[in-house]
Amino acid sequence: MSASDLSSKIKHNSKRSNMRISRGKKINRSRAGNMLLFVLMAICGLFMVLPIVMIVNNSLKPPDELFQFPPRLFVRNPTLENFADLFVLMGDTWVPFSRYILNTIIITGGGTIGHVLCASLAAYPLAKRKFPGSTLLFNVVILSLMFSWTVTQIPNYMIISALGINNTYLALILPSWSFGIGLYLMKQFMEQIPDSIIESARLDGAKEIKVFWLIVMPNVKPAWLTLAIFQFQILWGNTGGMFLRSEELKPMQFAMQQIMAGGAARAGASAAVAFIIAAIPITFFLICQSSIFETMTTSGIKE
Amino acid sequence: MGNERLGSRIGKNKVFYLMLAPYFSLFFLFTILPVLISIFFSLTYFDMHSMPQFIGWGNYARLLLEDDLFIVALRNTLILAVVTGPVSYILCVLFAWIINEFRGFTRALLTLVFYAPSISGQAYLIWNIILTGDRYGFLNGLLMQGGFIQEAILWLQTEKYILPVLIVVQLWLSLGTGFLAFIAGLQTVDKTLYEAAAIDGVSNRWQELWFITLPAIRPQLMFGAIMQITQSFAIADVSLYLAGNPSINNSGATIVTTLLDYGGIRFEMGYASAIATVLFIMMVGTNKVVQRMLRRIGE
Repeated sequence: MSASDLSSKIKHNSKRSNMRISRGKKINRSRAGNMLLFVLMAICGLFMVLPIVMIVNNSLKPPDELFQFPPRLFVRNPTLENFADLFVLMGDTWVPFSRYILNTIIITGGGTIGHVLCASLAAYPLAKRKFPGSTLLFNVVILSLMFSWTVTQIPNYMIISALGINNTYLALILPSWSFGIGLYLMKQFMEQIPDSIIESARLDGAKEIKVFWLIVMPNVKPAWLTLAIFQFQILWGNTGGMFLRSEELKPMQFAMQQIMAGGAARAGASAAVAFIIAAIPITFFLICQSSIFETMTTSGIKE
Repeated sequence: MGNERLGSRIGKNKVFYLMLAPYFSLFFLFTILPVLISIFFSLTYFDMHSMPQFIGWGNYARLLLEDDLFIVALRNTLILAVVTGPVSYILCVLFAWIINEFRGFTRALLTLVFYAPSISGQAYLIWNIILTGDRYGFLNGLLMQGGFIQEAILWLQTEKYILPVLIVVQLWLSLGTGFLAFIAGLQTVDKTLYEAAAIDGVSNRWQELWFITLPAIRPQLMFGAIMQITQSFAIADVSLYLAGNPSINNSGATIVTTLLDYGGIRFEMGYASAIATVLFIMMVGTNKVVQRMLRRIGE
């Protein structure tokens, strides 16, 4: 017992990971239990991955297979023709296609980075400090998550028009910085950071903003990577709607959906569009998830 | 005297208010203000062309006393929420916990596999193929081959099948926001807790889950609960897409499909806002109960 206390102290001081646990077997695991879980996962997994399988297969189907009845899930004669068709259509849009890509990068990139920063910055004092109004502000954010987004669209439009940012990137970016989900998620993770870590940094004379950036944020890396996934997904799906009217401001999602709206003649290109619309957030997801696991597999947050 | 103390406490915490400022000024503009305006609209008649006319509790009286469709939608919503809410939530915890047993890239890949319905844009499309109402439908074909049924079933056009179908599809879609938050939360659990627990006599994975893992991710569990509530009470897209709008005899109508109907199609914004407010009160009440239950974990 005292040996384990000692080892945990050593680990704390050197901030090193527990190699025995991370590399070797887990404790409290029976082999039969492992097998059971594995089989369960395999069966459920096959069912869950169906939409991705369908999108990939459809994008590789030649037209006659896309219109085949009854439809088949798997492609028989895979071809890349659909993507070739799509690139031709992309060269033929109202404004150059690269413009839509640029718009998407500005909106999705700006919205995601800004939200993660704003929400984290506000979550830190709410998680770790008591001051007048802190509980009230947090509760208001929680409550706001439960109000239907559909009916606030009209007041939102009125406010954005009154601010004079209608039909600019800001009409999409600024509201996204203050979504409720980010503040709540970041606050919940920051609460778990032991006070002792923060106190010792403050005793060393670090300013609050430095404590936030150098101590708090690295410790909640899984949280902001997860938040980035949510935010990317929301903004990526945005077509600009009623807030962006000029064609040269519209995001890629809009241009892609225009191509899909072309009907049966564009069924092939639409299947390729569906692939790209899914592939980009999935790639972003895999990058974020892998780095969550890389940084945190060896140790959790420790005192 | 009290005010002065408050003033000095605010002054001492100036740096924190500065950190809150960017988020909360935007939050006030783009969330609080719109919600307050919506609640005001709920007390008016507002067709989005002329100015809103104040009618007091009129919308609420009509909603709760006269609108038969709303009562059907309320009933459907409650059934869907009571069934899919808790089950989805438990599935999220369970799958996140099992995936946490795997390592490296396998784990990232498994997370993707289970999150797939939430991330691949047109996930419901696959259910149209599975549930097609003729003998070419995947499920019908399977059941007919197996000899369970003689004739193809119109899954999406038969009243009694609509709610069960929506429940199944919604459960299939359930590994979303909460699930990813749990995955991330499990990463931050201090691994030495497990060693200490093993020494203290925790001897199997279920005890470890209840006494160590779940209490360690309690903040994430609370986050996931709210996400689950907002999701389960707001089921609409699945119904609109699979059952159609309007669905057969309104068997797939939910509070949010009704809301979309009034707000988006009939331009009765005041009435739609009243529906949103009622839904909001239902969610807040449910959340109070659920958060109280979550405090009992690990006891």
